[in-house]
Amino acid sequence: MGSRASSLLREEDIEEIKKETGFSHSQITRLYSRFHSLDKGENGALSREDFQRIPELAINPLGDRIINAFFPEGEDQVNFRGFMRTLAHFRPVEDNEKNKDLTSGEPLNSRTNKLHFAFQLYDLDRDDKISRDELLQVLRMMVGVNISDEQLGSIADRTIQEADTNGDMCISFSEFTKVLEKVDVEQKMSIRFLH
Amino acid sequence: MEGFWAVFFPVLRVWFTCLVVLIMLPAMFGISLGITETYMKILLKTLEWATHRIQRASRAEEILKRSASNGLIQRNDSSLEQEIEELRRNRPKTAERGDFTLSDVLYFSTRGIESIVEDDVTQRFTSEELVSWNLLTRTNNNFQYISLRLTVLWGVGVVVRYCILLPLRITLTAIGLSWLVIGTTMVGFLPNFRVKGWLSELVHLMCYRICARGLSATIHYHNKQNRPKRGGICVANHTSPIDVVILANDGCYAMVGQVHGGLMGVLQRAMERSCPHIWFERAEMRDRHLVTQRLRDHVNNKTKLPILIFPEGTCINNTSVMMFKKGSFEIGGTIYPVAIKYDPQFGDAFWNSSKYSMVSYLLRMMTSWAIVCNVWYLPPMTQEEGEDAVQFANRVKSTIAQQGGLVDLAWDGGLKRAKVKESFKEQQQKKYSHMVVGDDSSD
Repeated sequence: MGSRASSLLREEDIEEIKKETGFSHSQITRLYSRFHSLDKGENGALSREDFQRIPELAINPLGDRIINAFFPEGEDQVNFRGFMRTLAHFRPVEDNEKNKDLTSGEPLNSRTNKLHFAFQLYDLDRDDKISRDELLQVLRMMVGVNISDEQLGSIADRTIQEADTNGDMCISFSEFTKVLEKVDVEQKMSIRFLH
Repeated sequence: MEGFWAVFFPVLRVWFTCLVVLIMLPAMFGISLGITETYMKILLKTLEWATHRIQRASRAEEILKRSASNGLIQRNDSSLEQEIEELRRNRPKTAERGDFTLSDVLYFSTRGIESIVEDDVTQRFTSEELVSWNLLTRTNNNFQYISLRLTVLWGVGVVVRYCILLPLRITLTAIGLSWLVIGTTMVGFLPNFRVKGWLSELVHLMCYRICARGLSATIHYHNKQNRPKRGGICVANHTSPIDVVILANDGCYAMVGQVHGGLMGVLQRAMERSCPHIWFERAEMRDRHLVTQRLRDHVNNKTKLPILIFPEGTCINNTSVMMFKKGSFEIGGTIYPVAIKYDPQFGDAFWNSSKYSMVSYLLRMMTSWAIVCNVWYLPPMTQEEGEDAVQFANRVKSTIAQQGGLVDLAWDGGLKRAKVKESFKEQQQKKYSHMVVGDDSSD
């Protein structure tokens, strides 16, 4: 009957995800229920259509870019591990968090990794640079038909001019980080869990 | 073989006599023998004990936190403008137009991820998650094995529900429905005296009462003085087809709906014979003018029964009220709002039509503990001066939501199957564009 979703998730898996992402046991089981309820095809993986079915996401101007962030290069399905890995970027940063026991160097929800998530929303071809073209496309997604091409073009030019420090007319990740250095990324890119 | 039948028939006869005397007759005349009350008391005690055991077994704190709110995350309520202003606060202001900053994207990304983790709409189309287990397998989401006693209790529950209650309920419903068909057909043969109307109402009431017993439904009606009157339109939130049985137990309504084939069709035609209902052919439903006209004709005839309409258009899981379609509110006439709230502890009444067919849904209903619900009749409302149908619909919707303790959502229940309209996204884009070029945009 599909109601016992948590029984499909094994304890070992939960432990691994806990180590990798830092979510608590109860958060992982609740998120698994959510994953399961989004998975209409019941094949253990989400497709882009499954995400599109969420009305609030479908009306988000950057909805498609956010959905894309879940799918690794060239793939059409994301399993629960991948789902959690992406969501982990938005886990709040706790003051007393010690990262010693994580396999990778930095936790997924560190400031750098959060900024990298935001960077990838702009970087359409995943070549680690935001070109003028890519910036224009993302701007067009956000403003719709309400701003003319010329105006948008000048906004893009100005943005690149302000951010670009090495003169290659693109924004690299370090230049992106520099622009956002005063922004409270840890707080703005976090989801507050109730449990 | 002979011996078997010799035993079987007397048993069957005793069974039927008990049924008729103890359940059917009281039901038909609206009196209660107190059997259901006793059953409910025992059930409540058992469930309380079970919850207590579960709480003792798991860490009590975790469960307490959970009971406080069933939500997963805390949603940010501030507006787009507020959030983006905050994001831009630390940026040096330039005098030029074009206030875009690279950090603007953080607002959309966080909102997007929040809606992926928990959104207001998709959760309304699946059954509500219970705070504590009610000993039914179907609601067992995150509860693990606790103790032997609990499992035994669950086992006893299964036996009671499937072997005792289920046959009882199926028999009752079968009797109820056949009596409906026979009774209404018989009344239909009478000429049009006033007695016909009175008899028809009696027949309908009796059958719905039997059907309600067939579901072990305990209904509490509040504010009976506001009950819908003739020539009015009764409007209620929709959770399942059983809503009709619940409401019809306390009054007679003219039903509105599509003509069906099969068993439903038989019922519809039978009911039509004794008093006028409004059944539409599938093709007719698309013609909105025709629909409105027929409804208006019915309402203007003050001798006809009040119409029962569910303006949401689809079943919602009884935690919220979704957009009311304005069609019902354009007919004119007095609207009698009714709020229906089921108690999920005893049985989940929501019909998830994408997951369960009608038959499996009814079986699930009949193998739950019981259906317990509260019905509030709200004071009649009419369209005010200068108020259009949409505003009127929203006003009625908030009244119902408030009374029933449900969340008042503006989202369309049709999102269960359809995609959201592009215009909502365009609204968001427009709002954001204002933040980029300021209010003196040239486009």
